[in-house]
Amino acid sequence: MVLTTAFRDKKLAEEILGKIREIAPSEPVKFCHVCGTHEWTITHAGLRSLLPETVSLIAGPGCPVCIVPAREIDEAIWLAENGVTVVTFGDMFRDPGTEMSLAEAKSLGADVRVVYSVRDAAAMAKKEPGRQFVFFAIGFETTTPMNAVEVPRAPDNLSFLVSHRLIPPAVDFLAEMEELELDGFIAPGHVSTIIGMRPYRRYPKEYGMPVVVAGFEPLDLLMGVYMILRQLDRGKPALENAYTRAVSYEGNVKAQKAVENVFDVVDGAWRGIGVIPGSTLSLKEEFSRKDTRKIHDIDVGPGRDIHPGCSCHLVIIGKISPRECPLFMKVCTPERPKGACMVSSEGTCSIWARQEEL
Amino acid sequence: MEIEGSLARVDFGFSAVREVDVSLVDVRVGQYVLVHTGFAIQVMEEQDAQETLKLWREILQAEEPAPDKPGE
Repeated sequence: MVLTTAFRDKKLAEEILGKIREIAPSEPVKFCHVCGTHEWTITHAGLRSLLPETVSLIAGPGCPVCIVPAREIDEAIWLAENGVTVVTFGDMFRDPGTEMSLAEAKSLGADVRVVYSVRDAAAMAKKEPGRQFVFFAIGFETTTPMNAVEVPRAPDNLSFLVSHRLIPPAVDFLAEMEELELDGFIAPGHVSTIIGMRPYRRYPKEYGMPVVVAGFEPLDLLMGVYMILRQLDRGKPALENAYTRAVSYEGNVKAQKAVENVFDVVDGAWRGIGVIPGSTLSLKEEFSRKDTRKIHDIDVGPGRDIHPGCSCHLVIIGKISPRECPLFMKVCTPERPKGACMVSSEGTCSIWARQEEL
Repeated sequence: MEIEGSLARVDFGFSAVREVDVSLVDVRVGQYVLVHTGFAIQVMEEQDAQETLKLWREILQAEEPAPDKPGE
């Protein structure tokens, strides 16, 4: 099927790589993506080894599980320990809170269930009307519209512990971090399917930063790299789209409207980063009976995000690579993760660890 | 494969057929959808992929603009 196979074609890959080599600068350049799936493709297809030495790709805060602060996991655990059924995605289940993960809470008797979709949580709640259910709603803009659809129609015994985070404010944060010395952004494919291109317009203008939206096949990423290099070569930072088959300039307007109708944008903390203004969502007043934090008196402390020795806070912003962390593959492994980046299948450490095993 | 209200039966290939919520897109039977956690987030057709490839081809074959002229 042309929708996938054409984007793994070896001949076209060689052609793009040839063009990349032609215009690769002699001085080092650093491009950042903010997407766990981009990191997966880059690592598994071995793209870093194919690129010229002067071109490096780093992973920013693109794992929606890794950046949820421990305090919010503590909230979910508190609920599960107090007779509420907590429903969430598989990666969230193992993400460490201050003292333990939801998985450990379950092993101690709490009712925690893993699902693929918020629709499964709604179905469970309908089936067991006598139980209180909480959906631990995490994820970037790709996942917020699903909860925006589900909140108004959810059964009365299902509420939402909202821990969504938004990508453009994180890009602002990275663009302003001068010590990262970024030369370009590869914008995430499916987040952009929802939000479109408009939110990225200001980076070329205000920061002189090239931005290219890219898809998830190996060639999508190579093409994204080439398009950024071409902008640098011409000295004209711009916003371009290498993923036109899935991303339009406007994005998915229906999904954007659904989110606007249900959520307000508020400030929020990111694990290892701190508070980023306007980077998270909260349910609007009219949906307060679906807002877990309003209907339950959750009692948790400030939470501890980073455990001693763990370098997740530096890996998350792309300041160091997993191999530069002293714990990586020594005491911190996918089987016994110490930090959030090793837990999630979208975490940079986990992706690098699994690649080393291959 | 079929659509009823906000739910569609979607063929994922490899004999996998699943129910997907299509309330976030405008889709008709026979089109491809991009699915995220049980919801379709984008409608795609083979033609869209061809257009992406065509755009790439144009970019890869583009001549370098003269230094005093604006880029594309």
